[in-house]
Amino acid sequence: MMQKYYDAVVIGAGCAGLAAAAALRKNGVADVLILEKDEETGGILNQCIHNGFGLTTFAQQMSGPSFAERFHDQAVEAGVMFRTGVMVTQIHSDRTIVCCSKEEGVVQLQAGVIILAVGCYERNSGAIAIPGDRPAGVITAGLAQKYLNMDGMMVGNRVFILGSGDIGLIMARRMTLEGAQVLGVAEVMPYSNGLPRNIQQCLKDYDIPLYLSHTVTGVHGKRRLEGIDLSQVDENRNPIPGTERYIACDTLLLSVGLIPENHLGDACGIPMDPATRGPKVDESYMTEIPGIFACGNGLHVHDLADYAAHQGTLAGNGAAAYLQNGQNLSNRVSVTAGHQIGYVVPSYLHTENLPKTVELYFRVKQPLEHVQIIIRSSQKIIRTIEKEHVIPSEMEMVILAGKMLDGLQDSLVVEVKPL
Amino acid sequence: MFDIVIIGAGIIGTMLARQLSFYHLKTAVVERNSDVADGTSMANSAIVHTGYDPEDGTLKAQLNAEGARMYPSLLQQLHCHHKNTGAFIAACGKKEEEHLTILRQRADQRGIPYRVLDGDQARKEEPHLSDAVTKVIDFYTTEVIYPWEAALRCMENAVNNGTKLYLNTEVTGIEKTDTGYRIISNDMTLDTAMVINCAGVNAPLIHDMIDSHRDYEIIPRKGEYYVLDHDCQPVRHIIFPVPGPAGKGVLAVPTVYGNTLIGPNALECDRDDVSTTSQGLQAVRVAITKTLKDIPMNHNIRTFAGIRATSSRHDFIIEEVRSAPGFIDVAGIESPGLASAPAIVSKIVHDFVEPYLHPHMNESASHTVEPPVIMNELSMEQQNEMIRRNPLYGKIVCRCENVSEQEIIDCMHRPVPATTIKGVKKRVRPGMGRCQGGFCQPYVLRILAQQNGKKKTEICMDEPGSCILVKENRL
Repeated sequence: MMQKYYDAVVIGAGCAGLAAAAALRKNGVADVLILEKDEETGGILNQCIHNGFGLTTFAQQMSGPSFAERFHDQAVEAGVMFRTGVMVTQIHSDRTIVCCSKEEGVVQLQAGVIILAVGCYERNSGAIAIPGDRPAGVITAGLAQKYLNMDGMMVGNRVFILGSGDIGLIMARRMTLEGAQVLGVAEVMPYSNGLPRNIQQCLKDYDIPLYLSHTVTGVHGKRRLEGIDLSQVDENRNPIPGTERYIACDTLLLSVGLIPENHLGDACGIPMDPATRGPKVDESYMTEIPGIFACGNGLHVHDLADYAAHQGTLAGNGAAAYLQNGQNLSNRVSVTAGHQIGYVVPSYLHTENLPKTVELYFRVKQPLEHVQIIIRSSQKIIRTIEKEHVIPSEMEMVILAGKMLDGLQDSLVVEVKPL
Repeated sequence: MFDIVIIGAGIIGTMLARQLSFYHLKTAVVERNSDVADGTSMANSAIVHTGYDPEDGTLKAQLNAEGARMYPSLLQQLHCHHKNTGAFIAACGKKEEEHLTILRQRADQRGIPYRVLDGDQARKEEPHLSDAVTKVIDFYTTEVIYPWEAALRCMENAVNNGTKLYLNTEVTGIEKTDTGYRIISNDMTLDTAMVINCAGVNAPLIHDMIDSHRDYEIIPRKGEYYVLDHDCQPVRHIIFPVPGPAGKGVLAVPTVYGNTLIGPNALECDRDDVSTTSQGLQAVRVAITKTLKDIPMNHNIRTFAGIRATSSRHDFIIEEVRSAPGFIDVAGIESPGLASAPAIVSKIVHDFVEPYLHPHMNESASHTVEPPVIMNELSMEQQNEMIRRNPLYGKIVCRCENVSEQEIIDCMHRPVPATTIKGVKKRVRPGMGRCQGGFCQPYVLRILAQQNGKKKTEICMDEPGSCILVKENRL
């Protein structure tokens, strides 16, 4: 079969993929193709019609679609080739890609490098196994957002929300503005999993109660949802008997976490980090399969789209350097999550291949005050940063100069300690 | 006027409808749900047991082995999916090994093939098998099928041969008439010579409409399951514990599409209670550790519960109601009901329909149906040929299960069409994957609305009233 060759193929045209493709071109890579399953670029940003995007990238508040459009325009200007309405069904370690579309059917492509910018999916009622009936009206917040903002359809009138993830908070406000009654948000943890600004602007400003240390322990309704049981949980997140109360509602929105969408990478044999559920990558955002890179929410879930796009640029730079110069993979050290840290990206560094700066992304496991973030290798402290408070919903990023890591032998550990 | 009305479109009702459609008979199937195979036939372990388990002298023993032998040709005729997984019965310790001896004796008598492995041999083939397992019998001809596909294809075959199917039709009363019976439902009546009561857990309700002396009870027993994503596939064989008084125990079942079922428990419940419970699911998680270790339960993508119709006689009930000639009860079809179904159907036809109606075979009746296009199962060349003919076969709507828009449209135009989100999911799988419809549901909903000329707010998850969308937003 004839295979068309591209220097680089980016899978996914959300902000991370668009930024990665533009970066590849700006670094002088000739044939850069971006494949997108939807008919339009922008990814999930297209349904995020609320404000709040772009502050760190463009120093202004933008809606999701306008934010995505900027990256689309940059990619067009940079000379990226686009193919939309194309579903990638397989990638292989030899960097062949199988994709399918109405126009061209099933086609095999050969890429010099592949960048996975595939985004994430929502944890759903199946995954969290809420006991009870399985009626219509139990729906993930992002799906409700798509119905409302893309199709102009409301999923319910009396709404309860499980999980204080950002999409749930955004949808609490959005559905309130569209005339629904939003009765409350339950969060199983004793703290919110959404950004503080969203707690304020989406819940408090609309008098929507947030029930911390609460969860939904029952779903009732044979056909359409009729009500839920809300229960308090103990410190081990187990429901406390006797605290349940019935809340009549026709809709239960779920905002209980996002998971990098990696069925392509899994099937291709790319090793995954069980903590992020995305691929393990190095300083160039290359996975453990040479020539395949990953970035954005398909690598790990970001708090802000700005950072996902920024990481796309970094992955594009890394992939271009790999194409042009190869990589010196001789000395590899791992990067590990130490005390109170949930995960760190990247998973490992090649010390002979470090760019000028290396960015470490991580999240803490629980809210902490007056802390020191410590980055060390064995007993050698490489950097410390003091913080008034850290929370799991906010991603932390630390930039290290490449030369700080010169001669690194032992694994790099990120940890957080009280001051 | 019908010759036969079958009440209930589960695996028995639909398979019976197909068999009867080979005769010159006017047959109708009435089903209270919005689709075929929506009750027990939808929510079960999907296993064609070979027949080693039922005790001697029971109908179950007689019909299970016979039914299992009838499946291969049936599935082939109807283009149904099946997978030869084998079935490990895993014994832990001497006492349980003794029970394996009983199963071996029964298998020998019934001509059912098996092999015996010690714990270590078995663990080589199934690395997740618990260290406590000391001996295993593998009933290696055991198959898993896709039960609702089998029911659906049977019904489609019957409909093509002229059988009438009435969905959303709940039987509310039955009267005796000069020529037989009058079946009364919410919005119509059907006159018929014979009635076959295949109403599953509701069989007693149907029986009581015609006879006040019922000498059996049906005890609904709920079984709860986890479904694991096809990215993990921890077992290749079905893994059973040694059966106990409560049934076959908690199993791990590799399904035809690569998912893994973990379950069921067994809890008595109300007839229409398919809710899951935290205690029940917890019990399943604990019970599976008896035979298996390190099962990746965090790859769970769904939990569900199904209801088994356990009879007070602990056996299938296939008999004519004494005070009602031509009115046949087919009740208590719990495990191994699925495996026995083809033999149950033959028995009904041979013992009751033929002597009562003396029907003639219809030589022109078809015994098969046109299979649907399944893009995923075609070669790249075949896929491209399909897409050339119809580009919508190239528009993939469900990325978890790789389903194209045209496959979804196709299933809405089959002899028994999908009319709901769940109907589409059962037939072509969008929504079966890890995102559980998070990405594809709006597409499926739009296609359902377009193909049926309905508003989006009229599209239901399954039963009437289970709408997904409540109103069109202001523009």
